[in-house]
Amino acid sequence: MKTLRRQRALADYTLAALARRKVKNSALVGVFSLVVFLLASAMFFASALRHEADTALQGVPDLIVQHLSLGRQGMISEDRIAELESIRGVSKVRGRLWGYYYDRVVGANYTVMVPDGGAMPPPGQVIVGEGVLRARGLDWEGAPLFLSRKQGDLSRFDIAKTFDSDSALLTADLLLMNEADFRAFFSVPAGVYTDIAARVRNANELATIVDKATRIMPDERFVTRDDIARTYMKLFDWREGLMVALGAMAMLAFAIFAADKASGLSAEESREIGILKAIGWDTRDVIAMKLWEGGLVSIGAFLLGCVAAYAHVFWFGATLFAPVLKGWAVIYPDFPLAPVIDAAQLVTLFLLTVLPYAAATVVPVWRVASADPDAVMR
Amino acid sequence: MIFRTPILTLLLVSALAILVALGAAWFGQRVLRQWDLTSGSRAQLLMERRTELISTLFAMVMLAEAVALFLFVFNADRMAALFVGAMCAVGTLNVNPYGFPALYAKIGVFFAAAVWLVMDHVDRLGRDYPLTRAKYALVLAIAPLVIVAGGLELAWYLGLKTDVITSCCSKLFTPANAGISDEMAAVDPALALWALAGAQVLVLALGTFAAKTGRGHGLFALAGAVFFAVALTAMVSVIALYVYENPNHHCPFCILKPEYGYIGYAFYIPLFGATALALGLGAVAPFKRRGSLRAPLPPVLRRLTLWAMAGFAAYGAVTLYAIARSHLILFG
Repeated sequence: MKTLRRQRALADYTLAALARRKVKNSALVGVFSLVVFLLASAMFFASALRHEADTALQGVPDLIVQHLSLGRQGMISEDRIAELESIRGVSKVRGRLWGYYYDRVVGANYTVMVPDGGAMPPPGQVIVGEGVLRARGLDWEGAPLFLSRKQGDLSRFDIAKTFDSDSALLTADLLLMNEADFRAFFSVPAGVYTDIAARVRNANELATIVDKATRIMPDERFVTRDDIARTYMKLFDWREGLMVALGAMAMLAFAIFAADKASGLSAEESREIGILKAIGWDTRDVIAMKLWEGGLVSIGAFLLGCVAAYAHVFWFGATLFAPVLKGWAVIYPDFPLAPVIDAAQLVTLFLLTVLPYAAATVVPVWRVASADPDAVMR
Repeated sequence: MIFRTPILTLLLVSALAILVALGAAWFGQRVLRQWDLTSGSRAQLLMERRTELISTLFAMVMLAEAVALFLFVFNADRMAALFVGAMCAVGTLNVNPYGFPALYAKIGVFFAAAVWLVMDHVDRLGRDYPLTRAKYALVLAIAPLVIVAGGLELAWYLGLKTDVITSCCSKLFTPANAGISDEMAAVDPALALWALAGAQVLVLALGTFAAKTGRGHGLFALAGAVFFAVALTAMVSVIALYVYENPNHHCPFCILKPEYGYIGYAFYIPLFGATALALGLGAVAPFKRRGSLRAPLPPVLRRLTLWAMAGFAAYGAVTLYAIARSHLILFG
């Protein structure tokens, strides 16, 4: 109880002391919270992206088989479907047709796909993502979409439906076509597919199934959903890490600044410490008071920085960092980020920002606190 | 792999800890050789002043190291998704030979840091620096541990290659595998539960005795250490089975995963905290009779004992909760 009372009194005194030097301390909190904001934005944004990618990958097939020719992906033969189906545990094997179409009019790439099952548009019609409409400026009902493969060539498609923006991350640049239209438009002969997708009933069997399939079709490449998830995670982690490493440089600069600030005390502050020591405070009390000061400044800056980063990332779409972390494209999906923050992230951020600050200021604080009262007052 | 925020943070904490530990060790050897409270020499006065700085800095990094241990495990668990064959922290720690040694070293640093923090706290109670020599002798022992832990951690992170196929916890913690982990998994569940109950009664009884009479803290510390070992064995042998509702999965790391409601933290935070406090109590109890500590120390010892007992009791309570909630029927 006595300890608590002492700490409360110290905190009380420190707050009053901080309020006496408003300008200096607000500047310190301001700069510190800017650094926290920088780091927190990068972390929040990357974790939101990882979450989006995870959600998006839920719908990806468990196993994708691609044909490799000259080390590049080529078209895969229809026969492989039956071979894959013959392996126990594999289900829903289907050939997929998809590719990219470069639209010279707006300089953007579209992803063109043939959907399976119910979503198949009728011949001559397409289902498009809102990004395509945006790029083309097709904002009136019933406007046809003209696609040109080469000079003098023009194919007309009617727009059967538009994807809503809820699924923008996946559908912004998407164009769904009828299978016959697709084969005609891209001159894809019958009997081949871009790749083959399959479901595997038991995820624990995936490795064994890939092993068996590799023996049956040694020329093909097998990509599992976990592979894709892992690649995304690595990519976002790496980008986040890079941003954080840059932010850490800012933190280092700030720590030096803070150490400098803490060692160069104003005459008024020295007098204050001198008086405190003269009326009976000992070095420990002064250090404790100064640590409280540092603690209050760091916590204030930490909270401010985190809240600002939250607003920046989740309300304003991370305008400052989006190009670095998201990647970029002419048609970029406009998607709201779901706020995903966990306690571990906040702990990490706290260690990353407050610890260096505290470590940088302890030495100057001690130097001031341990000086003799007459020496500091003189 | 090093460009992951938690890894960068953990390395930063380790680097700071190593830096401070080296400084503190250098100062510590001077204290051990030259400390003389009766002397009024300039060197002694400077040393007395400097000990405030070193203590504050060292306490700060030791606290950071304690937090870092949990971040270390949490991050290892998170990274499991990056490695083929890894399901939880075990897989990640197994990617290269430095993972588990790094974890053990960090746990060692955690307990050493806790003991040191308790000593430092007690030292500040007395006006005549009663524990200063002991405190700095301990710094000399902790510094190499901090350096080794930091080195192992760095080696582990640098060696994390995602093309390595690692082995998961279900392979490590099976009675069919050789090593200490399988010995723990092979302990009879009933025996493990009885042992846990016995250790619980023992540690609480000794704690009550110590809190009431102000004696027997050494025994309480010993009982705490025993409880720690028994609790971990029971975790691998039986408690994990109840949490996973699976009679074959013994992993003590999977319980930290979100699928199980992070219940692992409810087990480990009280257990590690209480054991650390008990060890700290054992370390400072011999100084009870020092002149300046005679009055202020007993209430502090009592308070810390009660906290440690609360932690041990919490582990038992969470165990009961996990068993009551589980649908697994192991007995009868």
